[in-house]
Amino acid sequence: MYAQLVETGAKKVPTLAEMTPEEQAFQAKIDAGIKIEAKDWMPEGYRKTLVRQISQHAHSEIVGQLPEGNWITRAPSLKRKSILLAKVQDEGGHGLYLYSAAETLGVSREQMVDDLHAGKARYSSIFNYPTLTWADMGAIGWLVDGAAIINQIPLCRCSFGPYARAMVRICKEESFHQRQGYDIMISLMRGTAAQQAMAQDALNRWWWPSLMMFGPSDAESINSAQSAQWGIKLFSNDELRQKMVDQTVPQAEHLGLRIPDPDLKWNEERGHYDFGAIERDEFYSVLKGNGPCNKERLATRVKAHEDGAWFRDALMAHAEKRAARAGKAA
Amino acid sequence: MTTKNLPLWEVFIRSQHGLAHKHVGSLHAADAEMAMNNARDVYTRRNEGVSIWVVPSASIVASSPDDKEPLFDPANSKVYRHPTFFPMPDEVKHI
Amino acid sequence: MQAASNASKMIYLLRLGDSALVLSQRISELCGKGPALEEDLALANTALDLLGQARLWLSYAGEIEGDGRDEDALAFLRSDREFHNLLIVEQLNGNYAGTIMRQFLFDAWHTLALAQLTQSSDPRICEIAQKSQKEVTYHLRRSSDLIVRMGDGTEVSHALTQAALDQLWPFTGEMFTGDAIDEEMTAAGVGFDPAQLKQTWQTYIDQVFTVATLQLPRQDAWMQKGGKQGVHSEHLSYLLAEMQVLHRAHPGAKW
Repeated sequence: MYAQLVETGAKKVPTLAEMTPEEQAFQAKIDAGIKIEAKDWMPEGYRKTLVRQISQHAHSEIVGQLPEGNWITRAPSLKRKSILLAKVQDEGGHGLYLYSAAETLGVSREQMVDDLHAGKARYSSIFNYPTLTWADMGAIGWLVDGAAIINQIPLCRCSFGPYARAMVRICKEESFHQRQGYDIMISLMRGTAAQQAMAQDALNRWWWPSLMMFGPSDAESINSAQSAQWGIKLFSNDELRQKMVDQTVPQAEHLGLRIPDPDLKWNEERGHYDFGAIERDEFYSVLKGNGPCNKERLATRVKAHEDGAWFRDALMAHAEKRAARAGKAA
Repeated sequence: MTTKNLPLWEVFIRSQHGLAHKHVGSLHAADAEMAMNNARDVYTRRNEGVSIWVVPSASIVASSPDDKEPLFDPANSKVYRHPTFFPMPDEVKHI
Repeated sequence: MQAASNASKMIYLLRLGDSALVLSQRISELCGKGPALEEDLALANTALDLLGQARLWLSYAGEIEGDGRDEDALAFLRSDREFHNLLIVEQLNGNYAGTIMRQFLFDAWHTLALAQLTQSSDPRICEIAQKSQKEVTYHLRRSSDLIVRMGDGTEVSHALTQAALDQLWPFTGEMFTGDAIDEEMTAAGVGFDPAQLKQTWQTYIDQVFTVATLQLPRQDAWMQKGGKQGVHSEHLSYLLAEMQVLHRAHPGAKW
C-alpha cells in the first residue's frame, strides 16, 4: 500500500502475560478501541513503527505527485487540466497532513524528508512506474487511488489518534480522485479507436503494479501480526487485495476493458474472483530501487528541496529580522 | 545550507455554520502572517471556513496524560449535572 | 459612445484569457516541485484560479467570434503568433525568485486591470472581472509578502530577487502601452486605457520594493513589446508545443 512492508522490529508478537504492566494497560486501551494520543505512554516499538508507517505514507503522497504532475502541462482539455492540477495539489496536502501527524511523535518533517532523500525511508512502489500516455491519468485515478481508498478507509479507525484524524480528512478529500480517473476512462472508451487502445494499454500496464501496492502475501508475517495487535493494520494484504479485485473487475467490464490476467475468474463457491499471483521478484526489486523511475523520482524531489533551501533560509532570516525590529520598537 | 527549520503552527478553523473554531491540523511557517496565508492555502481549499486562527505549536499548554484521572474522573460522579438525571412525568411537556 | 467591433473585442478578450492561461501553464510546471510543501500548495491555488479565469475569458471570446470555437479550440489549436498574452507571463520560471517576481509584477497590474473591467459596459466582462478580482487580490497579497521576505531575507535571497527584478523589468512596459484595440475598447466603454494604470502600479510596487530593500530599475529603461499583438519571445512556442501536443495529436477527439 502507500505504506508497504512496514518493519515493526518484532521477533514475535507478545502475549498479554509477557507484557509489562504498562504494556498491558496500553494493549487494553487499544483492545477497547480507545485512541492513543501523542503524549500518552506507548511502547517504543509502537512509536517507531508509526513514524515509519506514517512517514512512508507521507512520502508516497509527495513522490506520488510526480507521475501525474508529468501530465498537467499536457492535459488535453482545460477542464481536465483543472481537475488534474487540483488532484495533484491535494496529494501534496495529504503529504502535509501526514507529516504533521508523524511530527506529533517527536520527529521533524525535515528529518523525515532527509531520510527519504538519503534512501533510508521507503515510499510506495507504484510511483516508480512511468506515466506514458494520458490514459495513465485515468488508470492511476481509477486503480491506484481505488487501491489507496481500500487501504485508507480502515485506517480512519486505527489506534493512533493523529493518524486516524489525518486519514478522515484525506478520505473525505480523496473521494473525487478515484471518480475523476474512472471518468477519464469512460471518456476514452466512448472515443476513437486510438483512445480506446490507449485505455486498454494503460490498464495492461497499471493492473499488476496496482495489485502489488498491497504488498506480498502477509499471512505469515510477524510485522503484520504485530501491527494488527497494535491496531494500525486492520486487514491483511491478501484480504485487501481480494477486495480490490472484486470491486474492480465489474468496473472494467462496464468500461469494456479486459483485465490482463488469464487466471482471473469468478469463484462461485468462495463468492470472490480467483486471480493470478503478483510477481514477487518485480515487487521487491521496484521497492528496493530498481523500478523504471526510482532514481528519477527521488532526484526530482532532492532537487526541489535543495533548490528551495535558499528560499526557506530567507523566510527564517526575514522573520527573525522582523521579530528583532518589533522587539526594539517595544 | 539550511540551518533552521521553519516552526510548526497549529491551525483552527471556524466553519460556515457558526460552530466554534476547530483544530484542523498543522503546518510550517516562518511567522504569524505567513502561517495565516499558508493556512488559507492548505486548509480552506474546499470552502471549509470563514475564520482562521493560527497558534505556534510551542505556545500550546496541554494537560498531561498522567493527570487524566485526577483531572477528569471526578466529573464522572456528578451525574446530577445532566438533565437525564431528573426523570419527568410523561404528561409534563416542554421541560 | 461608439460600439466596439466584434473582431476587436475578441482580440481584447484573448489578451486577458491568454495572459491568465500562459501564466497558469507556467506555474503548473512547478506543481510537486515547490521549495516547501506549503508553497507548492499555494502556487497550485494561484494556477487553478488563473486557469479558471482563462476558461471564462476564452469561452466568451469564442462566443463573440461566433465561429463555434470553444475554450479548448482557442487554447489548443492556435499557434504562438495567434496568442495575445503579455510577454512577461511566458518568461521561464527560472529560480523561485524569478517565479515570484514575475507573479508579483503581473499581479500588481492584474488587480488594477480587473478593477477597471468591473466598470465595463459589457455585463459579461464585469461579471468575469468581479469574480477574478477577489482571487487576484489574494494573489497580490501573497506575492507582495514573498517579495518582501526574499528581498529582505539573506544576502543570497536578496541578490536573487534583485536579479529577477532586473531581468523581468523590460517586460513591464507592455502592460501600460495601449494600441488601436485598447483605444477602441476604451471609447466603447468596454475596456480601459492601460497608460492610466501606470502611476498607481508604480506607487504600489515602489512601496513593496522599499520594504524589500530592492533597487528599482531605471524608469527610462528600454521596454520590450509585441505580446499583445502576437509577436512573442522564443519561449512561447515551446510552452504551446507542450501544452497542445496531445490535443493536436487526436483531432476532434473528446476527452
